[in-house]
Amino acid sequence: MSGAVSDKGAAIEVRAVEKRFGNVGIIRDLNLSVAQGERHAIIGPNGAGKSTTFNLISGHIKPTSGEVRLNGDVISGLRPFEINRRGLSRSFQVTNVFARMTVWENVRCAVLWATGHRYAFWKNVDSLPEVRERTAQILDDIHLTHRRDVPAGLLTYAEQRELEIGITIAGGATVVMLDEPTAGMSHAETDRAVSLIRRLTEGKTLVIVEHDMSVVFGLADRISVLVYGHIIASGTPEEIRRDPKVKEAYLGEEAH
Amino acid sequence: MLELVVISTLNGVLFGMLLFLLSSGLTVIFSMMGVLNFAHASFYMLGAFFGFQLTKWIGFWPALVLAPLLVGAIGMAVERYGLRNTHKHGHVAELLLTFGLAFAIEEIVSMIWGKSPLDYRVPALLDFPAFTIFSTNYPAYKIFMLAVSVIIFVALLIVLKRTRVGLIVQAALTHPHMVGHLGHNVGRVFMAVFGVGSALAGLAGVIAGPALVTQSDMAASLGPILFVVIVFGGLGSLPGAFIASLVIGLVQTFAVALDGSLASALGPLDPSAGPSVLTDIWNVTIAQVAPIVPYVLLVIILIVRPMGLMGTRES
Amino acid sequence: MTTATTSTSKVAADTSGGSLRFYGVWLLGIAALIVLPMIFSSGGSLTSFSLIGIAIVFALSYNILLGQTGLLSFGHAVHYGLGGFAACHMMNAVVSHGWPIPLPFIPLFGGLGGLIFAVIIGWVMTKRAGTVFAMISLGIGELVASSSLILRSVFGGESGITTDRTALPKMLGWSFGSQLQVYYLIAFWLVLSTIAMYALTRTPLGRISNAVRDNPERVQFIGYDPHVVRYLAFCFAGFFAGVAGGLAAINFEIANSAYLGAIQSGFVLFSTFIGGTAYFFGPILGAIMVTYLQLGLANLTSAWQLYFGIIFIGIVMFSPGGIAGLLMMHRPLVRAGTLWTVIPSYLVAVVPTLAFACGVILTIETVARYSTGEAINLFGIGFKPTSPITWIAAAVLVVGGAFIARLSWRQIAEAWDRAATIARDRGYVA
Repeated sequence: MSGAVSDKGAAIEVRAVEKRFGNVGIIRDLNLSVAQGERHAIIGPNGAGKSTTFNLISGHIKPTSGEVRLNGDVISGLRPFEINRRGLSRSFQVTNVFARMTVWENVRCAVLWATGHRYAFWKNVDSLPEVRERTAQILDDIHLTHRRDVPAGLLTYAEQRELEIGITIAGGATVVMLDEPTAGMSHAETDRAVSLIRRLTEGKTLVIVEHDMSVVFGLADRISVLVYGHIIASGTPEEIRRDPKVKEAYLGEEAH
Repeated sequence: MLELVVISTLNGVLFGMLLFLLSSGLTVIFSMMGVLNFAHASFYMLGAFFGFQLTKWIGFWPALVLAPLLVGAIGMAVERYGLRNTHKHGHVAELLLTFGLAFAIEEIVSMIWGKSPLDYRVPALLDFPAFTIFSTNYPAYKIFMLAVSVIIFVALLIVLKRTRVGLIVQAALTHPHMVGHLGHNVGRVFMAVFGVGSALAGLAGVIAGPALVTQSDMAASLGPILFVVIVFGGLGSLPGAFIASLVIGLVQTFAVALDGSLASALGPLDPSAGPSVLTDIWNVTIAQVAPIVPYVLLVIILIVRPMGLMGTRES
Repeated sequence: MTTATTSTSKVAADTSGGSLRFYGVWLLGIAALIVLPMIFSSGGSLTSFSLIGIAIVFALSYNILLGQTGLLSFGHAVHYGLGGFAACHMMNAVVSHGWPIPLPFIPLFGGLGGLIFAVIIGWVMTKRAGTVFAMISLGIGELVASSSLILRSVFGGESGITTDRTALPKMLGWSFGSQLQVYYLIAFWLVLSTIAMYALTRTPLGRISNAVRDNPERVQFIGYDPHVVRYLAFCFAGFFAGVAGGLAAINFEIANSAYLGAIQSGFVLFSTFIGGTAYFFGPILGAIMVTYLQLGLANLTSAWQLYFGIIFIGIVMFSPGGIAGLLMMHRPLVRAGTLWTVIPSYLVAVVPTLAFACGVILTIETVARYSTGEAINLFGIGFKPTSPITWIAAAVLVVGGAFIARLSWRQIAEAWDRAATIARDRGYVA
């Protein structure tokens, strides 16, 4: 999980990936390239396959064909934890925390693998200074220090979303994928979350799925537009704004 | 030898069909509600005991209808007042509830009817040999059991393929997540499915009671085999449950019928070696091993195909 | 021991007051174990204490699976039983070979017996969690229990394997002939195992086990393979169950197939769940209560197992956190100082709830004793099971008690909600 990544080519490279459930092709000939250190947003109408794309890259589901590369290495077919250990971490659209454990425990669990403690059963988890410091730092970053002893299931919705981001970045992954991190948040909460994401992913590669266009255009360096399991356009926010295909497919859908 | 093969095949299919009467209900309930009903074998036992008691009071034929209805009613009550309230605590709590129920039912049954086997007789009408193969008389009652199981099997198929409820059940089998979208009557559908499943188990109990042993430990001894059947077939798969029922029914019946051991096939071990694990294995007959055969099959399938024969789902 | 396994984010050693209380609880527990046989010195109570000690180790080992990792096992007695057999064989081997291993080391071999089987079978078993694991554990349990009757040379068939604990080399002059000495041996291993199992909850593996319990899917995305976590937890649970089985073998000087059977597996599930799986001390409470009830009830009524079933069903339906969960529910109220507002509603509920319970007991005993006609003695009042007066009394108590008790329980729920809301507003959530 080093910071020097520029010599490895693209952070994420998706080549000709297909995903079929039975006879239904959810993802068709998906090609996507995310450069090192880039903030890349994936947008598209509902049901376009954005979450499926996330699941394919992060190993949650396996592609029917095609390949996914992380920092140049093929990762398609690997299990999620193997991909995570190679430096890719993701959040979930539906809040997916450890509900019965406290906020502190949630973040600490996410720190443990990266700090090398793995399955250790001979160490006292409370007396690992680097784990404690890193956990405290992340809690501070996501503004949940005052809630550290509350079971995660009892947090407010916005707090759970923040915790979700905290768990995602806690392991120190260089590639962070966030699935609709601001969904269901109020304006003020969204602003807070965006500045949080901007700060926490500094110097990392970020892939984000988002419905809120102000978030997308404010945050992303590049944007890919996914429609019916296929990327129809990829480019800078300006290029995407001007692209007629995008206007037709995406904005047309919005107008309904 | 041929005689043994024919008789054992008949008995094996019969046992397999009985298992399917139970495992089909269990599978449908599991698919729709996510609950593995630990007390399913207890409903089977209740069927046998109710059958026995009602036969004593009003005769076998009314009992054949009434006892399953009674068991079905109990099943519906369990769903309505037990499982529905436990649902919010998750599937483990639901499984534990049915585990507690199974335990309580066994205790209640042995409290009322005692722990020794009951004298549950084959009805006089069916108490004659149906036919004679080689030198063995095959009892008519077993043919009757087979007929009932097959009729229920066909009826289930028709209900599943031809009725609205059947469509819902089928949808639930393939898309368990969609069950929540069934609409406002989902509670009633669950209760009905649970009731029918329990009634089928009860029916299996009524007809199996006279042929097998009716005793308060019959649920505890059949239950684990039942769970092997549905894990072996693949959780949530009806065809899987059907195949697994027949496989386990046949394998176990044949095992019981076979008297051979390694010693009888290959000759005795050198007696000077003394008793050891090897001599235990060498001298045990296949019939003695019969009780563990289903569990050995379970371990093998878990290693070879963790989803079960026809299973598609993770959990 | 009162620290919640899931919420010990405040390191006990952080504050000197917390640390004092933390070690104080442990020292108090150890002191109680030492003093107990001096206060209750009859043979009967020593036997009971010994059984309770074994049951606690067994239940705590089970909670590594159920409470910590979320694995519901119906076959945990397999490890207990194999531990018992391993201990018996080891004791006999020590005697026949003249090895210099004294009795106090034997439970370690019991633990190894439980562990080795867990290591072999665990990888396949823990591939999947949830319902499938539960079913597989049941199947494996049956497999081992049935096999034990076939492999007579190892398991001794129906009669089992006997041993003589006093034939082993003496240690510090103790021959372990008396129940008192056996009690102290069990107490020693109880303390050792409890500390070890508590420590396990506070290791990286222990915490990740909790995470696997809460959300196995998410764990994969923070770098962990839930299968490995489940497997390791399974091995630890197998080891400590084996220790408990070894202690049982020492206590009874026999191991037989009943040790590994479904009844024993059900017993540990009942103890653990009734005690409460969410807190480390829950299974301790449960093991004490269930063992004590088992010993006490078995003399009073033939239907004692049914009472367990009913208590268990009641806990599953109305208090899935068990007794420990019920107790710990009150912690925020105590800390916020609002507990006194709920006490009156508790007092109101006592009478109808007791009446309802008496009605249930009367009903059960009437059915259980109907054929023998043996009289029922309920709090000094005699009832004839064949008399209609008894039936009417039972019916009135059950129906009337249930009706009034439900009203009073509703009152409790309302009073509790009010108190909890105030506590939450004051910042106490747990």
